[in-house]
Amino acid sequence: MKNGKITNAYSAGTMVRGLEIILKDRDPRDAWAFTERVCGVCTTVHALASVRTVENALGIIVPPNAELVRNLMFCAQYLQDHVVHFYHLHALDWVDVVSSLKADPKETSRIAKSISRWPKSSPKYFQDVQNRIKTFVESGQLGIFANGYWGHPAYKLPPEVNLLGVAHYLEALEWQKEIVKVHTILGGKNPHPNYLVGGAPCSINIDDATALNAERLSFIAKLIDDGIQFVEQVYIPDLLAVASFYKEWFSIGSGLPNYLAYGDLPTNGYNDPGNFKFQRGAVLNRNLNEVHEVKGDDPDQVREYVTHSWYKYEEGDDKSLHPWEGESEFNYTGPKPPYEHLNVDQKYSWLKTPRWKDHPMEVGPLARLVVAYASGNKDVQEVITEALQKLKVPVTALFSTLGRTAARGLETRLVAHWMKDFHNQLITNIKNGDTRMFNSEKWAPHTWPKEAKGVGLSEAPRGALAHWIVIKDEKIANYQLVVPSTWNASPRDVNGKRSSYEASLLDTPMADPHKPLEILRTIHSFDPCIACAVHLHDPEGKHLNQISFM
Amino acid sequence: MSEKPQTLWEKMQQQGYSRRDFLRFCGYITAAAGIHASGLSTVVRALETKPRPPVVWFHFQECTCCSESFIRSSHPIVADVILDRISLDYSETLQAAAGHQAEEALHQAMEKYHGQYIMTVEGSVPTKDGGIYCTIGGRTALDVVKEAANGAKAIIAWGSCASNGCVQSAKPNPTGATPIHKVISGKPIINVPGCPPIAEVMAGVIVHILAFDRLPHLDGLGRPKAFYSKRVHDSCYRRPFYDAGLFVETFDDENAKKGYCLYKMGCRGPVTYNSCGIIKWNNGVSYPIQSGHGCIGCSEANFWDNGPFYQHLASFPGFGIETTADTIGAIVGVGTVAGIAAHAISTNIRKRKLIKEEIEHSVKDAKLPR
Repeated sequence: MKNGKITNAYSAGTMVRGLEIILKDRDPRDAWAFTERVCGVCTTVHALASVRTVENALGIIVPPNAELVRNLMFCAQYLQDHVVHFYHLHALDWVDVVSSLKADPKETSRIAKSISRWPKSSPKYFQDVQNRIKTFVESGQLGIFANGYWGHPAYKLPPEVNLLGVAHYLEALEWQKEIVKVHTILGGKNPHPNYLVGGAPCSINIDDATALNAERLSFIAKLIDDGIQFVEQVYIPDLLAVASFYKEWFSIGSGLPNYLAYGDLPTNGYNDPGNFKFQRGAVLNRNLNEVHEVKGDDPDQVREYVTHSWYKYEEGDDKSLHPWEGESEFNYTGPKPPYEHLNVDQKYSWLKTPRWKDHPMEVGPLARLVVAYASGNKDVQEVITEALQKLKVPVTALFSTLGRTAARGLETRLVAHWMKDFHNQLITNIKNGDTRMFNSEKWAPHTWPKEAKGVGLSEAPRGALAHWIVIKDEKIANYQLVVPSTWNASPRDVNGKRSSYEASLLDTPMADPHKPLEILRTIHSFDPCIACAVHLHDPEGKHLNQISFM
Repeated sequence: MSEKPQTLWEKMQQQGYSRRDFLRFCGYITAAAGIHASGLSTVVRALETKPRPPVVWFHFQECTCCSESFIRSSHPIVADVILDRISLDYSETLQAAAGHQAEEALHQAMEKYHGQYIMTVEGSVPTKDGGIYCTIGGRTALDVVKEAANGAKAIIAWGSCASNGCVQSAKPNPTGATPIHKVISGKPIINVPGCPPIAEVMAGVIVHILAFDRLPHLDGLGRPKAFYSKRVHDSCYRRPFYDAGLFVETFDDENAKKGYCLYKMGCRGPVTYNSCGIIKWNNGVSYPIQSGHGCIGCSEANFWDNGPFYQHLASFPGFGIETTADTIGAIVGVGTVAGIAAHAISTNIRKRKLIKEEIEHSVKDAKLPR
């Protein structure tokens, strides 16, 4: 830090489980279950990437209904995950809970009604919420709100808007457990619903109580309708209201100028990325006039470094490897715990450093929308233009901390409506007599080639996600995952180039280095999914603070 | 600020809940905690008079699916009330504070409530190579867990990670991932396995402690009997198909569309102790078998290494009376049949005649997945 601004930053991941090592020699059809456990917050996305990887290796095409079921589960995950991120993992960086006690509930009600027709917005309702918070604070047991940065000068919302935020924090907590029932119906449980190589495990039989029938499909339809309502009437209005008070954050935390998206939500099968709802591609140097083609099987595109990561490559740690040749041998060279500092000149993280054609890339909602926008996606262009007009900010405002947070909300709105389309398509298929849900042709391992390679691309809520597999003699010979938080939170590469977190913190102004709320805002805007640590030092190297994120 | 924590009933009154709401809530948690209806008055009394117990929630080697499951707790007002009624003084995922501020909150809670707080752990602890595979603020998970356990009244090991090591402890367990009960001794530990555990089971365990001021009865593996004393198979609504020898032969076949038994698809229901068939998931909406996929046994120790998942139980190493299974298997020459027979013997089901018919039926139609 220098002159109240951040001049350098390092991001370290200090937990590892070795799933790639554990996957070796196992049945490829089981890999979805292992990899799904990479993350329980963005549950289901690794399972999806995994079944696609195996299907890609074995040349399996899943029936259209299975693709639709996967899309519905994908969409449900986006709705739940993004709403929980906004209200429960990010909102309190902007909303001061304690300040809400000073609010006039009548004024909160007026504001709420002016931005949305959500029914729960009477003065009495907000009065009750305020009383509840008051009681909570006065109990002396502050629980999850203890030791927040309440009263920090960087909080800018009037008490009335803070009260609105707190009320919807509580409502969102109630709502999020509903939308995941789409997973329960189609995959049996949430978190961690079940997947299946070759299709989906839930059969359709409109004349049986135990399969997908009119009741189950209506259940899903109702959940989707409620989801659209919550996103349109609560999430989006709140997002725009909060953003309008923090417009300076549309020019802070811009980070890398390169964006990568694998695209997702097939409408004509997984092998036709040209017909995905989210486009596949890369944008370099914020040049929206050119979208570069992205291929998971091209050995010169996605490659990983371990120069600053606690791994050892056979051919040396200054080389990068394509995931099909990827290695995951641990090589911890950090200090013996307990320690105060990591040596950032050497290795300092359990995360590898992925690069696309040697470029560091940002992945996530912003990258998805940037690639879709540049690819001419009309739906995306429309929601972005509308939001920018409402906020009266230029298109460049997107490349920022708040731009990232806004992109997440805007895509949630699109996904909610697309979800309805997928559901309708499923009904149409059934009506037309197609009830197929599973392709059994290559289920039995003896039908497989002696050796096969596959890659499965997806878009997790947090960004571009891919798995790579090498199958030999019916078993996994190599399995590699390059996950969104690896792109964003990784350490520097062999050339000293920063990844997203490290780059986005540069030049961030700090009101109080001992209470680095501003860092939380930018790092949380990526929706970090790993436990990682950020250390702050003044120019003389004195340790100022350390923050960890989940 | 007052130091005196409030009782649940006081809090609910302040929130505008009626006495009727409160009693209904007590009824739900009584049921959710697996307590007999006659225990309702005890629950009511306890929640009227007990202050909110402090809870500190740790994350080590895990995926946070247990936290996510916990916030799905769905019986009316449980998400509202249970989350608020315990005092969640430390939770890296949900708390507003981060870094030093979060650690400070933790240490305040551990000091102030020494000997009183409930410690909950999500995740296993890596013990290999000096614990370098999981450090928080430069300290190893092992170091953190030992310090916190010292002042804990009781420990809840959430999920399979904390209670049996789960996925990271699968072979070859590269980081030496170890469940909590193997690194902490001298403290009561409740194992709540599952990947994740069912939301209402998690809430139910907390409510049990809160309402009765005592730990739930545990089985030999430290699991609450209320939720882990029955096999998924014994409470499965597809059980009659199993007993009648009617099986799904491949996913999405005619039998799958009729909801037949998933045994041949590798279902681990016969060897898995959990409440999935009774409480079900996400407020009773469904559970894996109901949605067409076999149980993968996620609440059982070593379930990751007892695969492959789609291989049926007959050749499953930990299953039943292997000698018997092998003998029968050798006679009839079909693995699945051996499994069924072994299962029948191991569970003392007196349906010999039915089993015999079932074996004959299966041999005739055997078209087994590999």
